[in-house]
Amino acid sequence: MSAQMNYLDGNAAAGELSKIFAIDVTAGEGQCAHCGTKKRFAEAHLYMQCPGVVVRCCVCEQVLLRLVNAHQRVFLEVRGMKYLSVKAA
Amino acid sequence: MWRTGTVVALHDETTTARTVTLEVPDWPGHLAGQHVDVRLTAPDGYSAVRSYSVASASNREKRIEITVERLPDGEVSPYLTQQVEVGDRLELRGPLGGWFVWRTEQTEPIQLIAGGSGLVPLMSMIRSRAAAGSGAPFRLLYSVREPGAVFYRDELRKRSENDRSLTLTYAYTRTTPKNWSRPPGRITVSLVADAAWPSKLVPTCYVCGPTPFVESAAGFLSACGNGSDKIRTERFGPTGGRK
Repeated sequence: MSAQMNYLDGNAAAGELSKIFAIDVTAGEGQCAHCGTKKRFAEAHLYMQCPGVVVRCCVCEQVLLRLVNAHQRVFLEVRGMKYLSVKAA
Repeated sequence: MWRTGTVVALHDETTTARTVTLEVPDWPGHLAGQHVDVRLTAPDGYSAVRSYSVASASNREKRIEITVERLPDGEVSPYLTQQVEVGDRLELRGPLGGWFVWRTEQTEPIQLIAGGSGLVPLMSMIRSRAAAGSGAPFRLLYSVREPGAVFYRDELRKRSENDRSLTLTYAYTRTTPKNWSRPPGRITVSLVADAAWPSKLVPTCYVCGPTPFVESAAGFLSACGNGSDKIRTERFGPTGGRK
C-alpha cells in the first residue's frame, strides 16, 4: 500500500482535537497557507501513525496542523493554516 | 471529556463483527454519521484508542450501538468482539465529527456507498431517517465480500421492502449468492452510474470504507458528474500508535 493510501479524513481527528478545542472544528472551513485551497477541515488528509496527528492539505499535501502528545502535554502547531472558521454556537 | 459506558447488550452481526450496545448516562445525543473514540487501558497503564461509528439512530436515548469488525492483529477490536461482557465498562469520547453527518432536515436525495464495515455510519443515517419519519429518498450501494459478511441483512431487507424511497444495491467482491446477475468484483464506474442517483438530481453522497475503496468510489461519483462539494467521505484503516 502506498504512503498516499495511509491517510484518513480530517473527521477522524475530532477526538484528538477535542483535547484542545471545546467545539467541533472538523466541520469548519480552513485555508491552506501553502496553496490557498479553502476546504472543510474534515476533507483534509489525516495521518495517525505518530504520537498524535498530522493533517495535510488534500490538494497540495503540505502540513496544515500537527498535534503531539508528549511529556503529559498536548502540543498544537497550526502555521500551515491561514485561517479556520467555524459556525458560531 | 471521557465518558463511561456500560455494556448492556451484545449481538453478533457476522462471524467477525459484533454490535455492542452501551448505556451512557451523560450521553448528549448524536447525529447520524458521528463516531466515538473508545479507550482501553491495560493494568500497566498502556492505552489504545480507536474510533468506531455509531450504528444506532439519532435519538434522545442514553444508549448507543457500535458495530465492530474484528481485525486479525487489532489491539482493541478483538477485545470488543470476543472478550467484552455485559456489565463491563468502557471509556468513550464523543459524539465526534460534525461533517460526515446526515441531519433529519435534509430533504435532497441521498446516495450512500459502503465498503464492508463502512456500512455502520450509513446505517445510522438509514435508521435515523426512519425514526424521524423522513421521506428523503435514499439509495445504498453496499460493496461486501460475500453474503455472510453482510451487516444488518434482515433489517435492511425489511426496511427497503416497506419503503420505496430506500433502495439497496449489493455488490459482492468475492462470492455472490446463487444466480446473482453480476459476477463478483469491485465496484466500477458503470455500476455507480447504474445504481447511484443521477448527478442532475444533485444528491448528497456519503462514502465510507477502507481508504482505497473510498478513493475509488469517490472518484467514480466525480466521474458521474457529482461535485466534490457534494461528496463526503469517511475513510478507515490502520491507525496504530500509542495514545
